Amino acid sequence: MLERRVSPSPLLAILSPVIAVTLTILAGFALFAALGKDPVKAMEIYFLSPFADAYNRSELLVKAIPLALIGSGLAICFRAGVFNIGAPGQYTLGAIFAGGVALHAPEGAEMVWLLPLCLAAGFVGGMLWGWIPAILRIASGANIILVSLMLTYVAGLLLDWLVRGPWADPLGRGFPQTARFPEGALMPILLPGTRLHWGLVIAVVAALALAWMLYRTRRGFGIRTMGLAPKAAIFAGFSEAKTITAVMLISGGLAGLAGAVEVTSTIRQLQPEIAAGYGFAAIIVAFLGRLNPLGSLVAALALAVTYIGGENAQILLKLPKNAAFVFQGMLLFFLLACDTLIHYRIRVRRVAGGSA
Amino acid sequence: MEAFLVSMIVAATPLLLAATGELVAERSGVLNLGVEGMMLLGAVAAFAVALSTGSSLLGILAGAVAGASAAALFALVALGFSANQAASGLALAIFGTGVSGLIGQGYVGNAIAPLAPLLPADSLPDNGMLQVVMGRDGMVYLALLLAIAVWYYLTRTRSGLKLRAIGDDAESAHAVGLKVLPSRCAAVMFGGACAGLAGAYLSLAYTPLWGENMTAGRGWIALALVVFAGWGPIRVIFGAYLFAAASLSQFYGGTLGISIPSQFLAMTPYLATILALVVISAAGSRNNAPAMLGLPFRPTR
Repeated sequence: MLERRVSPSPLLAILSPVIAVTLTILAGFALFAALGKDPVKAMEIYFLSPFADAYNRSELLVKAIPLALIGSGLAICFRAGVFNIGAPGQYTLGAIFAGGVALHAPEGAEMVWLLPLCLAAGFVGGMLWGWIPAILRIASGANIILVSLMLTYVAGLLLDWLVRGPWADPLGRGFPQTARFPEGALMPILLPGTRLHWGLVIAVVAALALAWMLYRTRRGFGIRTMGLAPKAAIFAGFSEAKTITAVMLISGGLAGLAGAVEVTSTIRQLQPEIAAGYGFAAIIVAFLGRLNPLGSLVAALALAVTYIGGENAQILLKLPKNAAFVFQGMLLFFLLACDTLIHYRIRVRRVAGGSA
Repeated sequence: MEAFLVSMIVAATPLLLAATGELVAERSGVLNLGVEGMMLLGAVAAFAVALSTGSSLLGILAGAVAGASAAALFALVALGFSANQAASGLALAIFGTGVSGLIGQGYVGNAIAPLAPLLPADSLPDNGMLQVVMGRDGMVYLALLLAIAVWYYLTRTRSGLKLRAIGDDAESAHAVGLKVLPSRCAAVMFGGACAGLAGAYLSLAYTPLWGENMTAGRGWIALALVVFAGWGPIRVIFGAYLFAAASLSQFYGGTLGISIPSQFLAMTPYLATILALVVISAAGSRNNAPAMLGLPFRPTR
């Protein structure tokens, strides 16, 4: 039986992610043992191998970049009580817009502005895709969860069409992919000898800027109030429509930027599979990071562990690629359940003759 | 043409099963986005049991049980702990994808005999069209019957009326003594069982084998379908066949004389769903859309 606390527990608000991660590892241990796989070995590869050496650690950061970018935008969005789950679509649109700029830039000419232009285009692409659910919600009341989800699939099919049709590499021998992006559109490497790129700086700056906006500006106050008490926010003069539009543009734009960063850094061309699944994983990042943009930076690293651990397990233990999702799903389940305990306490009520 | 119709019926059946179940959950006010995960778990459980026992019937049952168990997990978090339903549903979708991949690893590459037609071929009338309609396996008809039964339940029974009341206004329903959380839990588990059946259909009849991610997004299409159908069970039947036809037109586009790129045809269900959602939402309260869809309820006394 759950009973509402008089005031939310500040201790549990901080401890909840730690408890959830611990429970995830324990449950993972039990699950692998139940499936007859060596649980110690599996947990070691999933959770320790990503930290084992410099290469793994740099890859961890590479994976964390898109997750942090999307997650910090979603943190703002969820703070306002707007549930944008269409980040994968906004990410895809960002990648398409960035790719469009990169592929259609005039040849030759030294272009220092090409990469910034690609990233800006990606941001705009994501914003547009995030704007649609906001417009429809404000105009007709259509559910943002459902519209943003539907648009995700539209975006994926749009990308699929582009890389197989009009943007297909003429020299690609029929492979569904575009030409490689020109040199000027590629993200420079931050740490020589690794794949770690300047996207890391972009992600950190974005999170800092969002945190400042959320906690130090009037708009940020409006966003937080709208999420906590919509009626009070409206009464205080904050516009619901403007808040929804703002958070959808911000979170869409950042997801788009993440897509642009990813295709200009690790993928370097457009193809049907551009890891848009980061958009769903970033939802876990936002919750794990306590809906705080700076928390998202830390949480993105935690989620990156599941990806790198999953890739290592695929190679070393011949486990299926999707097995990493077991941990992501469990982590979100445990986190959501633990978060309830911030506001509620479990009360075992003794009823005559037994417990209820 | 007959080949197209057979493919359409076969492709529509998993969509219809999953959407019918999700519709019941949503009419009780619960948005479970985990359909894809429940379908995958249903598919792998059905395949594993059918392969080891040799009985498709036991496989189908296993699929339904697996789907319902996965839904119970969602219900524990989303209803028991009043967590955000959309996030809990996504957790289930992600979890189901992972666990099914892990369980199914040993079954990749195995094949079983596809589900047999309900009526033996020699008992069918000598007419191409009637053979298309009558020569299908039992789950095709089960899916149709289930949708009709759900329509009857929701619109013609007292219990169905109560469930709709819980979906529209849980506070009032609770105030008049209806058991909101147990009813929602039952509706969600029914939805899970249906999604499990849909998964079982995929791994036992559609492509009688197991492959990682074999649902290929059908769970999400089923979610769209419920909205597209305006939360009406009979409209879900038509929607399922329509969506199935749209998904197949990518393969049959050439023979049917359609020259639009297949991706745009594949987009139509999603775009049509957005359009339907806008129209339904703009129309206000005069529709089936559950008023409390996705909102948590926690009894205060």
